[in-house]
Amino acid sequence: MITLEQKQFAQIKEMASHYDRLLVLGCQTCSAMSFAGGEREVKELASMIRMERKISGKPGDILEDAIARQCDPELVDLIGDKVRGCDAVLSLACGAGVQMLAERFPDKMILPGCNTTFLGVTEELGVWSERCAGCGDCILDKTAGLCPIARCSKQLLNGPCGGSVNGKCEISKDVDCVWQLIIDRLARLNRLEMLEEIFPVKDWSPAGHGGPRKMIIEDLKS
Amino acid sequence: MKSGSSLERILESGQFAVTAEAGPPKGSSSKVIQRKGDLLKFCCDALNVTDNQTAIVRMSSLSGCVLLKRLGVEPVLQMVVRDRNRLALQSDILGAAALGIHNVLCLSGDHQKFGNHPTAKGVYDIDSIQFIQMVKTMRDEHEFLNGEEISGDVPLFIGAAANPFADPFEFRVIRLAKKVKAGADFIQTQGIFDMPKFTEWMKMVRDRGLDEKTHILAGIIPVKSVGMARYMRNNVSGLSVPLEIVDRMADAKDPKEEGVKICLETIEQLKEVEGVHGIHIMAVAWEDIVPRIVEEAGLMPRPVV
Repeated sequence: MITLEQKQFAQIKEMASHYDRLLVLGCQTCSAMSFAGGEREVKELASMIRMERKISGKPGDILEDAIARQCDPELVDLIGDKVRGCDAVLSLACGAGVQMLAERFPDKMILPGCNTTFLGVTEELGVWSERCAGCGDCILDKTAGLCPIARCSKQLLNGPCGGSVNGKCEISKDVDCVWQLIIDRLARLNRLEMLEEIFPVKDWSPAGHGGPRKMIIEDLKS
Repeated sequence: MKSGSSLERILESGQFAVTAEAGPPKGSSSKVIQRKGDLLKFCCDALNVTDNQTAIVRMSSLSGCVLLKRLGVEPVLQMVVRDRNRLALQSDILGAAALGIHNVLCLSGDHQKFGNHPTAKGVYDIDSIQFIQMVKTMRDEHEFLNGEEISGDVPLFIGAAANPFADPFEFRVIRLAKKVKAGADFIQTQGIFDMPKFTEWMKMVRDRGLDEKTHILAGIIPVKSVGMARYMRNNVSGLSVPLEIVDRMADAKDPKEEGVKICLETIEQLKEVEGVHGIHIMAVAWEDIVPRIVEEAGLMPRPVV
């Protein structure tokens, strides 16, 4: 999933302060899963903004809504009337959702209420961690299903570096050394010899360094 | 000869080499490097110029190397992949060759989080092992990473780091083998305090025959105070400082003298370890002690090659 975290309220308050009629718009997929911008978070955030405005004596209406996915134009278009009736939209979707709104509503100011953090997994309720960097050229077959691009602080393909101690990364005792995990897993699978070969230099062009990325499936195009 | 550097000639002739570190300043004065060069030139075969060590911005390593060369000191150009992509690394390698620098040490680099610009974007386009391989290809095949031809020679003696004290221990020698396979002509190790672990590692190195394929220079860090010993024991990832060293420093009447004594004992032991071809002294902020250590370790005068 894409993980998100809601921005600090002070920051949201500041960016929203320029617009009287504001739509707080949630996204029911990744953002809801991250507890950052689903229906419940929309309700809570909208009440906080209303309360703050009441206290500071500022005018304006705060509207609420949440759609299934803000990254899909058909779904975004369904709330067109509501958006057009507002001065701005505070989107609680990821950066992709925010931009889809901006694209579909060229005359409207769209504000990001969340930070898009990473592609990751739920470790347990309330804990997420990064697993994938979306590099466009998966190598997990060669690294025992554990990604050094996303999880090694130096993105080493021939790790671990000299800073790996007791299974932890040199940058923090809270960060696992993914190369230690890779070695442990390959040892368990009796495939440690896989790491004796030098891993070649990576092509970073599918990782976004070849310019903005686009994916097309011709058969699906109308 | 791959590079014609003095370091290469000393090591290839089977003599025990001595190198040391000369860190560039956090400023633009050439005097700091010159002072270190003058201080160390008679007791070392080559001086490593660090590359934004611990991710703190300093004068560039390449400039430091040029300043040393002007004094007649042989430099080792340290280069980290943290700050440069494959284009910048290759162009600096060509520049080093043009400036008559003949030794390079290929490193990953300490993570930018440790330094004085912790919000910087790390580059890490290629890793240290791929970097070694790239320099070897530039030197031996006259080819860039993309296969295009390089005009002119790139005579570099290629070095790499090894840390016998990092984890997982059993994999450390496999990673060294990868560096040797990639093209490392010499290795400078992490500072050694834990001699039993180092000798165990060296045995694994010899079992794989790696000591015959590369020259291993054992790292020495002179310890100035008990505070420094404690700090290294508790705070530096991948450095193994036994409690005994901390206790010796704590109990010493004259900690600096004790630090020198520890160094000399370590060097004596290292001379006896089969496959160790020299030492590399990293006397951060205590360069003044290096001539005395080399002298009292019986490593003077340095060979003229």
